[in-house]
Amino acid sequence: MTPALSPALPPVMTEATFVLVLVLLLVAPLALAGVALINTGLGRSRSAAQSLLGSLAIVAVAAIAFALVGATFAGTAGGAGHSLHLAGKAWNWLGTGPFFLAGLGSAPAPAQLGLLFEFLAVALAALIPWGSGADRLRLTAGCAVAAVLAAFGFPLLAHWVWEGGWLSQLGVNFSLGAGFLDPAGAASIHVLGALSALAVVWIAGPRKGKFPQGGFATAMPGHNAVYILFGCLLALAGWLAFNVAGAVLWLHAPLAALPVAAVNTLLSASGAVVATFAVTRIRFGKPDASLCANGWLSGLVASSAAAAIVTPIQSLMIGLIAGVLTPLLVEVLELAASIDDPSGAIAVHGAGGLWGLLAAGALAPQSGQFLAQLVGIAALLGLGLPLLYLLFWLVNRFVPLRVDSDGERIGMDLHELGGGAYPEFVIHRDDSYR
Amino acid sequence: MKFAGLLVMPAGFFLALAALVLFPASNPGARAGFVLCGLAVEVLGLVVSVRGHLEAQAPKANGEDRP
Repeated sequence: MTPALSPALPPVMTEATFVLVLVLLLVAPLALAGVALINTGLGRSRSAAQSLLGSLAIVAVAAIAFALVGATFAGTAGGAGHSLHLAGKAWNWLGTGPFFLAGLGSAPAPAQLGLLFEFLAVALAALIPWGSGADRLRLTAGCAVAAVLAAFGFPLLAHWVWEGGWLSQLGVNFSLGAGFLDPAGAASIHVLGALSALAVVWIAGPRKGKFPQGGFATAMPGHNAVYILFGCLLALAGWLAFNVAGAVLWLHAPLAALPVAAVNTLLSASGAVVATFAVTRIRFGKPDASLCANGWLSGLVASSAAAAIVTPIQSLMIGLIAGVLTPLLVEVLELAASIDDPSGAIAVHGAGGLWGLLAAGALAPQSGQFLAQLVGIAALLGLGLPLLYLLFWLVNRFVPLRVDSDGERIGMDLHELGGGAYPEFVIHRDDSYR
Repeated sequence: MKFAGLLVMPAGFFLALAALVLFPASNPGARAGFVLCGLAVEVLGLVVSVRGHLEAQAPKANGEDRP
């Protein structure tokens, strides 16, 4: 293991491009707001305040952990890194950035913007398992999960994919297209978040009464469709910003290519929600609001990988397929795999992200790109899930993820905050779900 | 059983990596086949983990034995 210089030096950025990307990144937190609202709406009313306060706390903890630890491991493209030398190739696997963001103000403009992008990305990734653990994950546990994800899980992947790590060098070292392509975080944010969600849900277990013995899974619908659907609209604005900024930062796309990336983002989400609308209409007789929201979000997630690479018609097709897959997978995970995921994040962010990565590889013009995407997916699944499960299992030993049964019975708001989000409303008793 | 599945998954990842090292770029078919085998091993590990989760879930249904 020796420090090595990455060959992926970012090009010089013009002042206009710098301003454009900065403005986009100031809009990108709308994606966080959208996901937080969706998570809250899909949970129960007696946990709504805890869910939204948890989202705030998780964003804060993720940002602090990334600043103190994660940014060092993520490193910067063209900066120093730790490399393993194997088969005559350098496998750059860990960044060595400055500690505690030292010298950030004097860093090159692309490096500063890249770091800002990563701060927002890690916050979004950390919100994903929080939605899956709704109604039973403790606030401190959610923060601990976010801290571990931001300090260790996300930086490793961000370095591999964006900051000159071995996945981004697959093209140079092994003639696999342009290396692993993930311009707006389909892998580094969404699939990582979904794998974290799966690990957290496995460790914490289902909500009380969700899977009664000898019976079907109990339906526990979200408590506020308005939050969910308004969250989808907020998320669109954030996603547009993420996808366009990512295209500039990580694909070095020219300004003329950016409107197409934005149009592709919208088309992917639109295709997905239309497909989910049709699937749920056929399946249940009426369209399902929360599944349509999941479909919309899965279209956005798929666009994170592909929007800057494909044509508009291809983007629409990607969205349509994501929209068909998502409601089916949500059902399969719940009924066949007994995975209690109130926000549907594992299907939306996991399957949507993987589908987007595959589609981007299949439709990219470079030869060998599809194989590069497969290798990246193999790294995510083969290393990511076991590592995240181990980390969260350790977290659970010191900070139990799940609330006690009494807390679950009275609701997370009363148990953790001492007051509910809707003090004037009558809250359902647990018996109403049986 | 869940842990066994999770332990199998990195084996699939190393198979995918081995494809890059063992086969040159001039032999893309073999490379792709090896990488796909690696992914198949990962999927097998994931299936075993899900089965393990289902088995562990059965006695805990309804959250009755949780603290």
